[in-house]
Amino acid sequence: MTKKPDPLETAESIGRAVRNRERSAVEVARVFVERAERSAPRLSTYLHRDGARTLEMAAEVDRRLESGEKLSPLAGVPIALKDNLCTHGIPTTCGSRILEGYLPPYDAHVVERLRAAGAVFTGKTNCDEFAMGSSTENSAYFPTRNPWDLDRVPGGSSGGSAATVAALEASLALGSDTGGSVRQPAAFCGVFGLKPTYGAVSRYGLVAFASSLDQIGPFARTARDVALLFNEICGRDERDMTSRSDATPIDLESLERGVRGMKIGIPRDLLSVGVDPEITASLDRVTKKLSGEGAEILDVTLPHARYSIATYYLIAPAEASSNLARYDGVRYGFRAKSDDLQTMYASTRGKGFGREVRRRILLGTYALSAGYYDAYYLRAMKVRTLVRRDFDQALLRADAILLPTTPTPPFKLGEKVDDPLAMYLNDIFSIPASLAGAPALSFPSGRTRSNLPIGLQLVGRPFDEGTLLRIARTWEKKSGDPLGVPPIANGGART
Amino acid sequence: MSATRPAPESPSKAEAGAAPGRYETVVGLEVHAQLKTASKIFCCCSTKFGARPNTQVCPICLGLPGVLPILNERAVRFAVMTGIAVGGTIAVRSVFARKNYFYPDLPKGYQISQYDRPLCSGGTVEIHVGGAWKRIGLVRIHLEEDAGKSLHPEGRQGVNTTLVDLNRSGVPLIEIVSEPEIRSGAEAYDYLIRLKQILVYLDVCDGNMEEGSLRCDANVSVRPRGQSVFGTKTEIKNMNSFRNVERAIAFETERQIRLLESGGRVVQETLLWNADKGKAEPMRSKEEAHDYRYFPEPDLLPLDLEPPWIESVRSALPELPHQVRERLTRDFGIPEYDAEVLTETRALASYYEEVARRSGSAKLASNWIMTEVNGIRNKEGQSIEEFPIRPDRLGTLVRMIAEERISGKIGKQLFEMMLTRPEDPEALVKSQGLLPIDDEASLRAIAREVIAANPGPAAEVRAGKERTFAFLVGQAMKQSRGRAHPEKIQDALKKELEAT
Repeated sequence: MTKKPDPLETAESIGRAVRNRERSAVEVARVFVERAERSAPRLSTYLHRDGARTLEMAAEVDRRLESGEKLSPLAGVPIALKDNLCTHGIPTTCGSRILEGYLPPYDAHVVERLRAAGAVFTGKTNCDEFAMGSSTENSAYFPTRNPWDLDRVPGGSSGGSAATVAALEASLALGSDTGGSVRQPAAFCGVFGLKPTYGAVSRYGLVAFASSLDQIGPFARTARDVALLFNEICGRDERDMTSRSDATPIDLESLERGVRGMKIGIPRDLLSVGVDPEITASLDRVTKKLSGEGAEILDVTLPHARYSIATYYLIAPAEASSNLARYDGVRYGFRAKSDDLQTMYASTRGKGFGREVRRRILLGTYALSAGYYDAYYLRAMKVRTLVRRDFDQALLRADAILLPTTPTPPFKLGEKVDDPLAMYLNDIFSIPASLAGAPALSFPSGRTRSNLPIGLQLVGRPFDEGTLLRIARTWEKKSGDPLGVPPIANGGART
Repeated sequence: MSATRPAPESPSKAEAGAAPGRYETVVGLEVHAQLKTASKIFCCCSTKFGARPNTQVCPICLGLPGVLPILNERAVRFAVMTGIAVGGTIAVRSVFARKNYFYPDLPKGYQISQYDRPLCSGGTVEIHVGGAWKRIGLVRIHLEEDAGKSLHPEGRQGVNTTLVDLNRSGVPLIEIVSEPEIRSGAEAYDYLIRLKQILVYLDVCDGNMEEGSLRCDANVSVRPRGQSVFGTKTEIKNMNSFRNVERAIAFETERQIRLLESGGRVVQETLLWNADKGKAEPMRSKEEAHDYRYFPEPDLLPLDLEPPWIESVRSALPELPHQVRERLTRDFGIPEYDAEVLTETRALASYYEEVARRSGSAKLASNWIMTEVNGIRNKEGQSIEEFPIRPDRLGTLVRMIAEERISGKIGKQLFEMMLTRPEDPEALVKSQGLLPIDDEASLRAIAREVIAANPGPAAEVRAGKERTFAFLVGQAMKQSRGRAHPEKIQDALKKELEAT
């Protein structure tokens, strides 16, 4: 077992201490900045990090509290932002060359909310280019490493956000999840990661990958901290017509009520695709524990979930091919020199985008082309409806569905870079909930014999994030300590 | 502002663009109309025309990373109003779609439009050509955003420069697509006039073609008369006036017929109208080879309109041109031709109504507006709103003529004065000494003077030469500067001729 985390490290306790003026926001920020200075260069968690700016933000929070302003529970809490969230005047590259040096003139909705709450930003975290990838190796700048094993990937695309929270460089982080980009890295790094219901959080200012799937989600080290951050960012925003007022803050105390009488479904049919035995064992352990706590465990089926990857890799690239058309070198970002317009377009995009992004743009362009639309995009949309119905049906009987987040523990850097299909298959358990638009939470359920994190996933009814967190909270309390601190965060000391 | 349009076509002109003899012209028009909303369709930027380039832009209409569209409800209302006005069916659910293509003035790399589920289907526009009414069916009306503008200024020598102005990016448009039921350039011209009239009556579009708030593309083909299958069509773009649309269709019709007659084949292509040369020229094929890859816009929910809301828009619809026309002929008893001219704009119709009411003489009021008022306006290029004589003053003038308190001739003199002077005609008549002369004594005095001054003609009349009497009447009117009562002066002349 690892050392228990210092209570200082939960966002909830940091926020409380800062608001009660027991610690200054600057003191807290300094601890995190110093830690990041030690470990971030080895982990490559950040694309843009400016300790001085972080301390300035913290000082501003102290001033606001000094002047008697009432701030939210996140006041003074150090939070990392994925680099596809627009930050006014702070570089936002989405891990791409094509946006190198781009400074957004506005803040994303979530960034605006967090600023108002008095959160302190630690920096912009590394990610797969335009959030396309499952290992953060597709970042145009450098890969991020897994804090538990520097030879392994942190997952992706929000790998930087997951790793920075795992390594205690930030108390919380925001990522974005299109097909698993919050949940999979959360599982690989041993932290909590929530993909909220589609529409629960405004996407305004999130650089679009696949608009009908993208959701911004929190990373945290406890279930309660997830709720804290979710509460700050959820709800209707007039600037995102797909955002919904159904998303309401979660009562933190409701997370303490246990799982007695709850029905938890296990999709046995889907698990037959092949899961690492240690992950299956972890699933059994958690199931047993929850059953012991009074939950009823039942089998559910998701018959169309096995078509999810094929479906996802038509819909997401199709939308991406259109969303990424604006990076043409005309108005901002990288522009390749050339004599005429057509060559300028081709060479800007050829040089500005990495391989995976180009691959998906081509795939999506093809799927939307005249003569192919019906066979690919339209059919994929129909299958998507079937997947959504599967979840609706299953969630009539069960309050939540429990399954692994990933079929394997974190893999090694370079292991799958040249095999896109193997990389895509890593998302087999996360993509179905994305297609359904359902809320899904990855929580740490233990570690493998070689001390790599294992994450399990809970999927719930639309706008019922609270139930998922309640189940995870029950496990968190009863399991002893599933989270732990990776060696790198303890100054390299083995635990 | 535009002046009145010329009187309806002469028959020879009505045939402009019609295929001669064995061939029939088939035309379908696609009209883009800018909606007169204060802000753009997906953001809060102003739509005002003529601002300095790139001053009416924001992250949303610039298509910066991370932005999302927010639908302007007023644009939806305006589109629905138009759909209802042409008798189309408003969809309770319509869907926005992305039209993908690369162009420097298209900042997102796609245009948000509607594709397979438009806001409105069907409907008709009635046109009036060659003395007959004809219904042109509509395929659809859909909502979309405008792109920016590319400008190609004369650069430094040898350097091609393109400048992009994105003020227009995101301005709301409706696209109105007609069925291929237009049969000549003249019909196309009248269709555009009627459509513009409807849009302007609804106050949803200012109809200004020079500022680009109305744009039109034409699909043109020809076929032997009696054949039901369509010929191969070409699409003509870049016509910046209604007359150019008419000319371009005439040009293209002739070109296609010549081609077919000489054994050639029409190639489906896009042509650009060159107004200076009076020719439609092929666009470079590279520019038209588009696969737009339409798909539903995931950033906008389907547009769901509640039937009661649609009904509320319907019941709040202003009077349409044909309704005003019918009302004028019914309530004022004026000929259909007059009603047609007077309903050119809603403002002109209102102007007429007030003049008719104040004067108590509907037909006289109509004559005065159609000839005198429109005569001046055409000369000066004035809209009726700009015309200096407001309807209250003209109404009084027409009443004075109708009640025979002044002659038409005096009326015209007064009218000329009123163009530059603010007074009421009653006051002007007095101050200018234009009151009619109708008392016996004064009229007899004038008659005496005329007879004395024209002894020869007077003798002729006395000798029974009736025609010369008219000459004397004319002289008397001249003598009195038109003020003499036209009938009474005749009595006075007769009496004086007998008495002397």
